[in-house]
Amino acid sequence: MDTNVLLQMKNIHKTFPGVYALKAVDFELRAGEVHAILGENGAGKSTLIKVLGGIYTADQGEIYIEGKKVDIKSVKDAQENGIAIIHQELVLAPYMTVAENIFLGREPMKGKFVNTTKMYEDAQELIDIYGVNIDAKTLVRNLTIAQQQMVEIIKAISYNSKILVMDEPTSSISDKEVKFLFEIMRTLTAKGVGIIYISHRMSELAEVCDRVTVMRDGSCIGTKVVKETTNDELISMMVGRELKNYYTRDYQEDGEVILKCENISDHKMVKSASFEVKKGEIVGFAGLVGAGRSELMKCIFGLTKRFSGDIYIEGKKVEIKSPYDAIKHGIALVPEDRKAEGLFLVQSVRFNTTIEVLNEFIKGIAVNRQKEDEITQEYIDLMSTKTPSMEQPIEKLSGGNQQKVMIGRWLATSPKILILDEPTRGIDVGAKSEIYAIMNNLVKSGMSIIMISSEMPEIINMSDRIYVMCDGKITGCLGHEEVTQEKIMKLAVK
Amino acid sequence: MDRVGSKNRKSTIALLKNGMIQWWKDNLGIIIAFLVLCLILSINPITQNSFLTSKNIFNVLRQISTNLFLACGMTMVIILGGIDLSVGSIIALSGCLAAGAVVRYNLPLGVALLVGVLFGLVIGIFNGIVISKTTIPPFIVTLATMNIAKGLAYVYTGGSPVRVVTKEWQFIGAGYIGAVPTPVVILIIVFIVTAIIMNRTKMGRYLYAVGGNAQAAEFSGIKVSRVKFFAYAYSGLMAGLAGIVLASRMYSGQPTAGEGAEMDAIAAVVVGGTSMSGGYGKIGGTLIGGLIIGVLNNGLNLLNVNSFWQYVVKGAVILLAVFIDYIRQENKDKIKIR
Repeated sequence: MDTNVLLQMKNIHKTFPGVYALKAVDFELRAGEVHAILGENGAGKSTLIKVLGGIYTADQGEIYIEGKKVDIKSVKDAQENGIAIIHQELVLAPYMTVAENIFLGREPMKGKFVNTTKMYEDAQELIDIYGVNIDAKTLVRNLTIAQQQMVEIIKAISYNSKILVMDEPTSSISDKEVKFLFEIMRTLTAKGVGIIYISHRMSELAEVCDRVTVMRDGSCIGTKVVKETTNDELISMMVGRELKNYYTRDYQEDGEVILKCENISDHKMVKSASFEVKKGEIVGFAGLVGAGRSELMKCIFGLTKRFSGDIYIEGKKVEIKSPYDAIKHGIALVPEDRKAEGLFLVQSVRFNTTIEVLNEFIKGIAVNRQKEDEITQEYIDLMSTKTPSMEQPIEKLSGGNQQKVMIGRWLATSPKILILDEPTRGIDVGAKSEIYAIMNNLVKSGMSIIMISSEMPEIINMSDRIYVMCDGKITGCLGHEEVTQEKIMKLAVK
Repeated sequence: MDRVGSKNRKSTIALLKNGMIQWWKDNLGIIIAFLVLCLILSINPITQNSFLTSKNIFNVLRQISTNLFLACGMTMVIILGGIDLSVGSIIALSGCLAAGAVVRYNLPLGVALLVGVLFGLVIGIFNGIVISKTTIPPFIVTLATMNIAKGLAYVYTGGSPVRVVTKEWQFIGAGYIGAVPTPVVILIIVFIVTAIIMNRTKMGRYLYAVGGNAQAAEFSGIKVSRVKFFAYAYSGLMAGLAGIVLASRMYSGQPTAGEGAEMDAIAAVVVGGTSMSGGYGKIGGTLIGGLIIGVLNNGLNLLNVNSFWQYVVKGAVILLAVFIDYIRQENKDKIKIR
């Protein structure tokens, strides 16, 4: 065996209820290399990292560090084996200083008290080694995101970690800061640290990575030396999966334009996006997580208070300042995160179905419960939701049935434009297929649907046209006759 | 038309019946606790002759009416996931202002009482505006207005009670309508109004929606800030009402009145099964919660328990009631996981 090998993961399996997240994954990291892991959303990258970091325990498989078999059952085990993970969301304490954060939980002591002088000196020394311009006494909340990331890295290194995992470290920092980050990474690899680098940005690979492993559907597709491969090869490795045959879609002739958006910006994630939607079509929005698709829809639905740009519905310019306005103009949005943004968990299926159409059966203090039951039953039937009764608390339904109730709630408002944000996330195959059939029926009856989806086969098979977004901009529009996964990927990682 | 009308009436009766059954099922634990408490007091040798007399029962109801006025508003606020600490101080302020309006400015009784109630509403509105327009926690906002209202009551009265000794003044707090004490009649009306708002109006639905998941409520086009504003304004109004009723019963507006009343109201709501994390609870439970605390106070008095010990017992009972509810929830969750 190569003596240079730092980490070896062999035959790793991990299942979650209903999902095979990792299938016989093998992965190898050498000392002094930057090894990228590439893959679509849901390919299993983060699950693999979580297994390595002790957040999940693998069902099967072995992990070797420097040739020795190790057992990683907790985050602490991982740390003791020299593994440090820098997560996408930073986890520093904002109201503590840089030094306090670096030495959190292992402060240098003088008798029973923290030796503050030593702590600040040591911290400053560590910071200076990497040429970072930060004062150890600054409060973390006063640092930029990039600086906070540096602090995280320094903290990780100060544990004498040999293996450093960086989960999309460049997703929220500027180009200049990225350059600086890369320099630090080179300093580290020169010292023999191995870095696992997860990113969606293909352009960064050539600059900083030595090897790349592509994952798809929970399996490793292959490992390549970066200098010996091309972007096209990597993309086809990422997407080359067979398409399943459960989509229902009858394409129709073009209708008139019902929604037109011009130069929508929210001054953060969305940059000057323009698009239009015709009557009776499904318009897909593809792109990687963080491309600004959900944020764009939040502007149109009035959830973002400050945005610029014009929205026209049926040719008329409209002002949308709140979801209330959006609903009045016939827009509905089924949000991405059901639990956080959609469901009233302890309440019944009925409560959840009718909350937006109370006007239809509550007049003053007169409640027509019979009408309420009729409305609820109508949408249970339409969506073929499986529930023991309409009194059932919605938290006790399966994900697929919860999603059906959510869509039913919005259909009850009789929208002209239905926005579905990741409509089939986390639901089983059967329910997915049913939702596709319902979508097809809705557009046949003249409704227009905007669908955000990170699932390639879904968006390709269901959409009339697909807008692709990257970094807040719309980078292209593909018709259903010409679209391929490769074309989408190229636009999504521009 | 006639047939539809009679059908509706029939279904209303059926609904009322269903509502009662539901109320019984939902609150079975605390209803039993309440009945046991009453049973103990009616067979205990010391209290058996005094507890179950109509005089004592009306007395208890009169005493708990103040707490239940507050609890009506507090139920809405807590279902919303908030808290209103200012209600105790509003009792003092509105009582003093109403008494002052009679004694110092010779205003007619009706106007004076209206002044008291409206001042409660004004403070509630202030709470509502700050809480709905900012993200300052309700605990902090109402802690501030609690001190402001209490301070104003002291400033206005100079620290001593404003006495009113007219027969009319006593009517709403200590008087009777027929054989029933006036505050009990007012309480029944207030309770029906609150129950109607919570169960039969859009605002009632919105309270549960915002309390259960504010973000989802916003996504659903509910004007979240308007719902919050309503609940705190209503709570202030209820506190104003409690203030004048108490001032009437005590023949005076007192700046010390209502001290700690907000905690009794919270206790009634929580013992009644409303979740402090919001989104779940019923006004019918609050009624029982208030009754338990009232009867407990009364029983401890009748039993001649030292008033210092009464606090200890009351605290223990609150903890016990909430603990039983916690056990029940745990069991429910276990069944769900299986």
